[in-house]
Amino acid sequence: MTGAARYIGYLFILPYLIFLGLFLAFPLGFAVWMSFYDYFFAAPSAQVERPFLGLGNYSELLLKDDTFHTALGNILVFIAVNVPLTVVLALVLAAALNAKLPGQAFFRTSYYLPYVTASVAVVAVWGYLFFSDGLVNLVLGGLAPHPSWLVNEFWAMIVIAMLVTWKQLGYYVLLYLAALQNVPRQLYEAADVDGAGTLGKFWNVTVPGLRPVTLLVVILSTIIGANLFTEPYLLTNGGGPVDQTLSPILYMYQVGIEQADAGYAAAIGVTMSVIVLGIAAAQRFVLERE
Amino acid sequence: MTGQEIPAGESSEAVIQAAITAGNAPCLVWNVAPAAVPQFQRAGGLVPLNSFDGGAKYADQRVGDRVDQYVSSDGDLYQLPWKSNPVMIIYNKELFQEAGLDPENPKLATYDEFLSTSETINSELDIAPIWPSADQTFYQAWFDYYPTFIAATGGDQLVENGKAQFDSETGLEVGEFWRSMYEDGLIPQESSPVDAFAEEESAMSIVGPWAVAVYTDLDWGVVPVPTPDGKAPQDIYTFSDAKNVSIFSACKNQKTAFDYMKFATSEGSDRRLLEMTGQMPLREDLEGRYADFFDENPLYAKFAEQASRTVEVPNVENSVQMWENFRGAYSESVIFGKEPVDKAFSTSAKEVEELVKGQGR
Repeated sequence: MTGAARYIGYLFILPYLIFLGLFLAFPLGFAVWMSFYDYFFAAPSAQVERPFLGLGNYSELLLKDDTFHTALGNILVFIAVNVPLTVVLALVLAAALNAKLPGQAFFRTSYYLPYVTASVAVVAVWGYLFFSDGLVNLVLGGLAPHPSWLVNEFWAMIVIAMLVTWKQLGYYVLLYLAALQNVPRQLYEAADVDGAGTLGKFWNVTVPGLRPVTLLVVILSTIIGANLFTEPYLLTNGGGPVDQTLSPILYMYQVGIEQADAGYAAAIGVTMSVIVLGIAAAQRFVLERE
Repeated sequence: MTGQEIPAGESSEAVIQAAITAGNAPCLVWNVAPAAVPQFQRAGGLVPLNSFDGGAKYADQRVGDRVDQYVSSDGDLYQLPWKSNPVMIIYNKELFQEAGLDPENPKLATYDEFLSTSETINSELDIAPIWPSADQTFYQAWFDYYPTFIAATGGDQLVENGKAQFDSETGLEVGEFWRSMYEDGLIPQESSPVDAFAEEESAMSIVGPWAVAVYTDLDWGVVPVPTPDGKAPQDIYTFSDAKNVSIFSACKNQKTAFDYMKFATSEGSDRRLLEMTGQMPLREDLEGRYADFFDENPLYAKFAEQASRTVEVPNVENSVQMWENFRGAYSESVIFGKEPVDKAFSTSAKEVEELVKGQGR
């Protein structure tokens, strides 16, 4: 390849590089920088002091801030419910939708619909389902939990995890459906010859054949889950009851926007990035090794 | 001079803060919440009104001694008190009648009366007697605990001279009053998905005079917030829920903005505000000055009478953190009963005292 031809490639990727630099690299770098200061947003003309704190924000956050620790525990509960539920349901539904069933297009659209519906609308509907006098409690009658779902310390986060699972499911079903087309038919035929039933084929052919996509689904749902914000913000009145649905990102919003403590909020953001990267790396290591 | 509504956002404070940071804040904003002033001031977004010739005197003449509540910790005045929404209790007369209660003289003055009336409404009508939001957002305390705290203490602020007041004997008594309402199942622990008062899912509400224009389909009355032993109405203070005017540092014509602010808060302009919106101008002798309006509008007159006895949020550093901290303690102890009220308030008081010193978080 001649020199000019080599460099023209860089020209093609330049717009995307500029985009990445402006909207990802620069904000990320700026956030890391802010997190070492008592940083707050001020008028351009204002002369304000923003003292350097070193690791002060991080030590406060990791060692002393009980609210952050609660939020971190909450998001782990969320991920523990949301990720396995997402993987299992998406896999089973994709396998079912891949079979030649009547009304296939209708069902495929139905499962995708919540994914493209605005979260605010979805949350309002779930609110009417799970409020004290909502439909779910009406059906359950005396079996309804007390206090009700959204003000129950045990159930509130689980309801949110179920809501997010349901809302995101269509996207992951789509990923699995695409991957199912690549599982070699010969493997199913060989399983038939070996006398495997429907369940046997699903477990021994489909599941292993979809392992790369499962890894992707696990990592994506973990990352998206760790960024939980809208649902607790709207459904449980900003993290209630008693902070049991407060997510780290919602807490970051409260600190950064409501309290105008941008430096500390940046420290929360950076810490969460590191934690999520760590979890994703561990998931990749475990799933790829198997 | 051009004007526009504050652009939509999570709150007007967030929008104003963004405008300050971007350097494109307007000259004047007519919706500055006193709790947000310390934040805007720290960001260098506001111009002290006392830096204008006659600025301090103008504010003083407008509200008298009450101006002290709006002076910042550096001694400067960054907000002109503009209008207040004195918080009171409104009640649905038809529902009271239905529950066998006297709708013209409701028993709501003392805590015992308030509890007994609430129990009657709950048992007779199977609805919430009153339904304050269970939301954890920092400002929600202004519409349940804070007005009753102000009334019970005779006009104290949440924090005075750097010392938290809500863990005092009276502060705790107010907390226990609300706790008993939640404990007895009289107030739901989750926020209503609708306007509970408008939908008649609650018989009372804690509101400002804006309610007059909102609840036009209901027949309702208004009383001051309850106090432990039932103070005389003329001795009851409440939360002002004021919105003020500030001049922003991004303004190029600040002197003109100051002149315009004086024009738009003149006696005549305040009358227009009152007549068009029913919002109470924050000024001395409101009732006497606009007596004809209040004669014709008896519901507004009740709020106007209360408007002369209002108390503001403390003008302190870390104001929003302080309210969030307190709301967290209130939510944990009063709404959900996870911790005794005295323990939660005492812990919060220590943290709040650190916060207003500009320390802790």
